[in-house]
Amino acid sequence: MVMEIVCPAGTPAALRAAVKAGAHTIYCGFADETNARNFPGLNFSREEMAEGIAFAHARGSKVLIAINTFPRAGSENLWHAAVSDAETAGADAVILADMGLLAYAANNHPNLRRHLSVQAAAANAEVINFYGAEFGIKRVVLPRVLSVQEITAINKETDIETEVFVFGGLCVMAEGRCSLSSYATGLSPNMNGVCSPASHVEYIEDGGALSAKLGGYTIHSVGEGEPAPYPTLCKGCFNAGDKSGHLFEDPVSLNAEQLIPQLAKAGVTALKIEGRQRSRSYVAQVVKNFRAAVEAVDAGRPLPEGMMARLSEGQAVTTGAYKKTWR
Amino acid sequence: MDHFSEAPIPRFPSPLARALRFMPLAPVSLALTRLTRNMATRHASMFRRLGEHADARFLLDPTDLPVTLCLEPMQGRPKITLYRSPPQADARIAGPLAALIGLVHGAYDGDALFFSRDLVIEGDTAAALALRNAVDDAELDIATEIENLSGPFARPLHKLIELAERRTGVALTRHEEDLLW
Repeated sequence: MVMEIVCPAGTPAALRAAVKAGAHTIYCGFADETNARNFPGLNFSREEMAEGIAFAHARGSKVLIAINTFPRAGSENLWHAAVSDAETAGADAVILADMGLLAYAANNHPNLRRHLSVQAAAANAEVINFYGAEFGIKRVVLPRVLSVQEITAINKETDIETEVFVFGGLCVMAEGRCSLSSYATGLSPNMNGVCSPASHVEYIEDGGALSAKLGGYTIHSVGEGEPAPYPTLCKGCFNAGDKSGHLFEDPVSLNAEQLIPQLAKAGVTALKIEGRQRSRSYVAQVVKNFRAAVEAVDAGRPLPEGMMARLSEGQAVTTGAYKKTWR
Repeated sequence: MDHFSEAPIPRFPSPLARALRFMPLAPVSLALTRLTRNMATRHASMFRRLGEHADARFLLDPTDLPVTLCLEPMQGRPKITLYRSPPQADARIAGPLAALIGLVHGAYDGDALFFSRDLVIEGDTAAALALRNAVDDAELDIATEIENLSGPFARPLHKLIELAERRTGVALTRHEEDLLW
């Protein structure tokens, strides 16, 4: 069976591009802080969501709605309304992270399929089975900290479908628990849907050198001709004494395309592409490439030629934690 | 789409760029404002997407041309003014003209152009991001918009634009994503 390609869409145009390019499933969010990509000019109004879902369904694609931030005390209604509106719009599933919201959805919208977001950081079979038993989740999006062997072990011990990231920006902190962005900006992906928000980003070019700042702090500085960095705190390049280097992780993108056969063997159901903040051009190109790759794997053909370095952050790619190595 | 995104970004020919130094700015600004207002009537959601940045001033700076464009969305009644020297603005988006047009037509990915430093963003990054996302969602086709204002000349103009696109490698029109599956 062909592995499912789960593709991002930050706008209705990107959703249409994804459907036309061959995405089996598209995930997107409402234009508010209920989803973890709450960026300026991005996301869907209720009306746009219903239209997008109708467009996708008419062409055989599914739509998942990410409601994967953590409700603020006293403002839970915003998140409850999002779940209710997702069902009204005809979503095929909602992607949730918060236990309270999972309980709310299970109790009040039992027929709406529930997926566990990567933001929940469920990284072993025991906790995944707990979410399944308590909240009826049908699929878990695994954190980007697991090796292929660990994913295989999880799939042996659970009947819940697993979905793994195969392309796009990396976030290898304990997902859903990282507050680094808050230290510099007061805003975090977990509570506000923004990591290193653009409203706090500043680029300063000086004689070919480019400094990327976040909340007034220089996070990275590159020379002429070097790839431009986005000032995400965990991917910054810092000076300490006479040394400078990336403290947490390098500014590279995940590309696990070559690992698709191994992920299929590990029992993975769906392959997720990161990038709701990216353009419809990115969406179309990445989906076309990955759709061709899963079709090839299913037919027993070799994988198509490598691709997409230009689209990647830092213009460099890694297989991330799937193949753990020392450096 | 792949054709444009994989090939090197074309640069505006220098002799033509030098000639544009003598271009009268006021009438061209008026024509571009009319074109943009026409687009605004057909793509109202583009301006809604700008949200709190709908009153920002955007400097669109084709680095291979001797002029810069100042775009003021003005809550859906946009205005474009050409300048020989860049004025003050909230955000500046600079790059080769072909890259800026290609972004509008969905031939390039904005982040990829930024990572490769073909595109420079200065000033209010959130405003620049909102504009990029709003334009990307609008699925604009500048050539079609110009043809709509060209009356009986629309058809020959269309052929001319297609020819120019083939010769220059610049994405002068919007290309539909291929329906592969």
